[in-house]
Amino acid sequence: MYGVIIALVPALLVSFYFFGLGSIVVLATSVAACVLLEWAINKYMLKNPRNTVMDGSAVLTGLLLGFNLPSNLPIWIILIGAVFAIGFAKMPFGGLGNNLFNPALVGRAALLVAFPAQMTTWPKVGQLGSYLDAETGATPLALMKQAIKSCDASVLDQLPTSLDLFLGNHPDGAGAMGEICALALLLGLAFMLWRKIITWHIPVSIIATVFVFSGLMHMTSPVYADPVSVILSGGLMLGAIFMATDYVTSPMTPKGQLIYGVCIGLLTVIIRNWGAYPEGMSFAILIMNAFTPLINNYVKPTRYGEA
Amino acid sequence: MSIKTFRIGGIHPEENKLTHEVETQMAALPKQAIFPLSQHIGAPAIPVVQKGDKVKVGTLIAGAGSFVSAPIYSSVSGTVLKIDSAIDATGYRNPAIYINVEGDDWEDSIDRSDKLETVKDHPELTPDLIVNLIKDAGVVGMGGACFPTFIKLTPPPTSKAECVIINAVECEPYITADYRLMMEKADEILVGLQLLMIAAKVTKGYIGIETNKPKAISLLTKKCTEAFSASDYEVEVVPLKQRYPQGGEKQLVDAVIRRQVPAPPAIPVNVGAIVQNVGTAYAVYEAVMKHKPLFERYTTVTGKRLAHPGNFLVRMGTPMKNLIEACGGMPEGENKLLAGGPMMGKALTSDEVPICKGTNSVTILSDDDARRKEPQPCIRCAKCVNACPMGLEPYLLAKVSEVKNWERAEHEDITSCIECGSCQFTCPAHRPLLDNIRLGKSTVMGIIRNRNAKK
Repeated sequence: MYGVIIALVPALLVSFYFFGLGSIVVLATSVAACVLLEWAINKYMLKNPRNTVMDGSAVLTGLLLGFNLPSNLPIWIILIGAVFAIGFAKMPFGGLGNNLFNPALVGRAALLVAFPAQMTTWPKVGQLGSYLDAETGATPLALMKQAIKSCDASVLDQLPTSLDLFLGNHPDGAGAMGEICALALLLGLAFMLWRKIITWHIPVSIIATVFVFSGLMHMTSPVYADPVSVILSGGLMLGAIFMATDYVTSPMTPKGQLIYGVCIGLLTVIIRNWGAYPEGMSFAILIMNAFTPLINNYVKPTRYGEA
Repeated sequence: MSIKTFRIGGIHPEENKLTHEVETQMAALPKQAIFPLSQHIGAPAIPVVQKGDKVKVGTLIAGAGSFVSAPIYSSVSGTVLKIDSAIDATGYRNPAIYINVEGDDWEDSIDRSDKLETVKDHPELTPDLIVNLIKDAGVVGMGGACFPTFIKLTPPPTSKAECVIINAVECEPYITADYRLMMEKADEILVGLQLLMIAAKVTKGYIGIETNKPKAISLLTKKCTEAFSASDYEVEVVPLKQRYPQGGEKQLVDAVIRRQVPAPPAIPVNVGAIVQNVGTAYAVYEAVMKHKPLFERYTTVTGKRLAHPGNFLVRMGTPMKNLIEACGGMPEGENKLLAGGPMMGKALTSDEVPICKGTNSVTILSDDDARRKEPQPCIRCAKCVNACPMGLEPYLLAKVSEVKNWERAEHEDITSCIECGSCQFTCPAHRPLLDNIRLGKSTVMGIIRNRNAKK
């Protein structure tokens, strides 16, 4: 658990660098709320003699929830998100190891449905001293959606270059604060692969599927953005590397993980291109979370003697 | 060419081979020797001596109890004190013969000389004769499983042996008994292998050794060339990449000849392989060539806190306590005594337990190594699934065993588990996976036996 938190450090530093005060307030609120809630539920509702708050999972949920939020989100909305994450998605199922859905994503999805306006206006970067008063702009994903809806490929000319997307250098519309810089997230991936915290199957299958599917769409019509921009924008990297790989809610066998990853990739592109929201990553992961027990049940490891 | 190993799962536990270069010493004779009647897989042996009988070293004291069983011979000379019960390596009290030791008087039939007998000198040795000598000498698998060796050499007519694989892997941490045996008795082992090949009517043999024993690999390779280059036998020393549980019979077959044994009740000979431990090959040599029944063995006595860990040639029936004393005594503080190594060994409640046919090591874990960590919730990290060398799902087997869902456990192939403990070793939440799986496996196997008995 703490290994994953270490892997999030590059993305954390990047979000401080780009969003300043706002990111500190949002992340601190989110982490503190998740940890406090887990502690309180353990102590007063479950009356658990061994409080699980120290295992680091609540800190991680708080960090990931914060990473999925705009840096100008009011504190009271963040608190509601934390209640959904810990109080609805995690503890009622039995706490660590028993939740069906990724707690941070449940928090985010609940906020997105309940507060669509606040959750889809994204501050521009570089306003280090501002929080609620930050100026906002259109994200790459919003531009992509607009191009498809208006059947006007010229909208895509406003997209930042792939290199800028990769480095996080697109100040106008940055999106959620954890997802701005693909490089920082890939550093986290490299760390987790090196320390054998996760295997390559889920992140690679998601990213490859999105790349191939959106590449095919791009070939059919230029209103669909090029696949490199697609995989570098929005929450794709954050989701593929840190959210979909959550141990508890993802399949356990390599084969199962590939099925899960490919389905997340397909759902993400479908929602991004033809759904109501510009971003489909979190819903795609939540949908596949629901299929994880089924995948675990049917996709077995290769038994000795079958090879 | 890459070094061979098995294809599924596996782990890398800390080696801790403290006694690698410690030469084998003769263990002192005990004052009293205890012989449990069940030292092998199958029916317990049946005593053929009575209280007050005089026995010599090598006297039969209990005969085979049924087809799947093995006779037991006295390792000491003296008087039978009683036929009672004793705590054995299973941790339970089981029937055993007690003998008070007087002197060291051997049966005359045993050849005690060091002269190397070769197959060439004994043209009278036919496959049937060898199998019978092995059977009568009470030889069982010396790697710890203790399955009667003669049964493995006479496979059912539906399968045909193609090769004999000598298991010289010794992948279990701490244990060095097989390694010392190879370094000290290489010629005898190769004659033993040749006898096994004659008995199994094959000409192809392999010796699988992990690469952490380079001296043994080069020694045996050299000896093999000397012994077999001018013969009809083809024996190959196969270096194997270090990985636990490579010494598991099924893993070794996969590593050496790249074939996988189908699910139980299939055995290695169904894919053409007869696997024998290196200690068994030596016991076969002694039984056939020296007419010496199985009553002593190589055993490692080890532990980080022991003053002088070592390797011993020990008479069976010697209480572990005597060996531990010979190594400087039980260390101060908290200790856990194991019959076997840290992965497969069984924790014991008493140091009076005697050395038996399968006791390859006495391991003493101290302080933090001796204590289990508190289990945390399973977060389904799948480390156990990736580590399982049988391709099973340990988290699931442990869970369904815990809730006593035996049908599901059987459906998920719990009987394929080889109890190697890789899952429990790798679990970051310190869950007692193997404990639950063992319970489930033995229950399910009982259910299957009952079902088959009713048919």
